[in-house]
Amino acid sequence: MTGAFPSPYGGQLPVLRIGDVLLVTLQGDLHDGTAEQLQEDVSEAAADSRVKGVVIDLSGVEIVDSFLGRVLSDIAAKTRLLAAETVVAGMRPAVAITLVELGLTLPGLRTALSSDEAIRLLGEVSISPRHERTRQESP
Amino acid sequence: MPEQVAAGHQETPAQEVGDFLRRRREQIAQRWADAALFRTVFTVSREEAVEAGRAVVEALAAVAAAERVEEQEADGFSVVREQLARMAASRSRAGSTNSQISVEVDALRMPVVDLLIAELEGRPAEDVRDCTTALTVLMGTLRLVVLETLLSAGQELINRQHLQLLEVATPVIKLWEGIVAVPLIGTLDSARSQVVMETLLDSIVEQHARFAILDITGVPTVDSLVAQHLMKTVAAARLMGAECIVSGIRPAIAQTIVHLGIDLGTVKTQASLADALGYALRKQGAHIVPQDPHHAGSR
Repeated sequence: MTGAFPSPYGGQLPVLRIGDVLLVTLQGDLHDGTAEQLQEDVSEAAADSRVKGVVIDLSGVEIVDSFLGRVLSDIAAKTRLLAAETVVAGMRPAVAITLVELGLTLPGLRTALSSDEAIRLLGEVSISPRHERTRQESP
Repeated sequence: MPEQVAAGHQETPAQEVGDFLRRRREQIAQRWADAALFRTVFTVSREEAVEAGRAVVEALAAVAAAERVEEQEADGFSVVREQLARMAASRSRAGSTNSQISVEVDALRMPVVDLLIAELEGRPAEDVRDCTTALTVLMGTLRLVVLETLLSAGQELINRQHLQLLEVATPVIKLWEGIVAVPLIGTLDSARSQVVMETLLDSIVEQHARFAILDITGVPTVDSLVAQHLMKTVAAARLMGAECIVSGIRPAIAQTIVHLGIDLGTVKTQASLADALGYALRKQGAHIVPQDPHHAGSR
C-alpha cells in the first residue's frame, strides 16, 4: 500500500484521507526528522481538508522514546486548534509501559484499541454526542 | 602374602580405607540395611536397601581411593548424589527435620568403623588411628553431601513456588465481550505489580478489550508504591485505548490513600467488581433489565 509513496525514511510518511478522517500509520523505527515532518504534514493536511479527526496507528511501532511521545501530544494540540480530534490507535503494551515509565501519560490524547475503533470513535463524537449522554443518564 | 602386607604399608590411610570398603562392601551394605536411614526409606524389600547401600559404599570407596575424603565435590559422590537426594527427600517428606536426617546419616558411621577396627587388629596403633580418622572424615563428608542435597532441593522448591505464585496470582478473566478483569489477592510488591501490568495489557490486546477492571478487594494494604503501580497500569491501559477501572477499594485502604495524599483523580473507581462490570456494560451500550414476569406479561 505504501509502495506508491516515497520510502518512509526519505523523510515523509503517507497521510491518507478516508472520508473526513486522516489516517497515519507508523511503522518500525521513526527518525526524529520524520516525526517532525509528520507533525507539519498532519497539521497542513488537517487545515487544507477540514477533517474532523486524525488517527495515528502505532500498531507497527515497537520502540518509542520521549521525543515521539512529545510529537504525539504536539500533533494532538495542533489539530485541536484546527477543530480536529486526534486519536492514537493500536499502541502495543510494551510501548504503553515505556511511555508511562517515562512519565508521558499524554493526558490530552484520545486512544483506541485499533484504527477501526478509532474511526468509529471519531464518528460517534461528532454525529451523536447526544446519544452518549442519554445513555449515561439512564442506566 | 608378606609382599601384599608390605604393599599395604605403602598405601596412604585413605587408600587403605578405600580398599577396605571395596573388600567389605557386601558386609557393610548388609549392616546399613538395618540402619534407620535405609530401613525407613526402602520399606518394600531389604534387598533394595542392600542394593542402595552397596552403591553408596562403592562411591565412598572410589572417593577414598582418589584420596579426596574431605571434598564434597569429589567425582565419586556424583554417582550416588541423585540416590542420596532421593533418600533425603523421602525422609524429609516423612516429616524429619534436617538435623534428624543428619543424625541418621551419622548413624551409618559406627558399623563401618567397628568393622575397620576389627579388620586392622594386630596392626600398629598408629595405623589403626590414621585409618579410623580417614574413615571418619569420609563419613563426615557423606553427611555434608546429603545435607547439601537437602538444602538445594529446598531452595529449588522455594524458587519454583515463587514462580508459580507469580503465575497463579494474576489470572486475567474475560467477564464479557470486550471486558477483562484481574482480581488481585494478597500483598502486592513491585515484581507482582509488574506481572499484573504486563498480563493485563497483553490480554487487552488479545481480547480486544475496551474495559479492564482491576479488582483489589483481596489486597490487604496499599502503600504509595502499590498505588503508583496501579496508576501506571491505568495510564498504560488508557494509552492502548482501553479504559481501566479500579474496584473494591476497602474503607481502610481508601483512608490510607487519602492519608498518603495520593491523587487517584485520574483513575475511574467503582465500589465493587459488580459495579465496575455494570459501568463497563452501560458504557458499551448494554442495558441490564431485571426480568419481571408481570411486565413481560402485560407487554
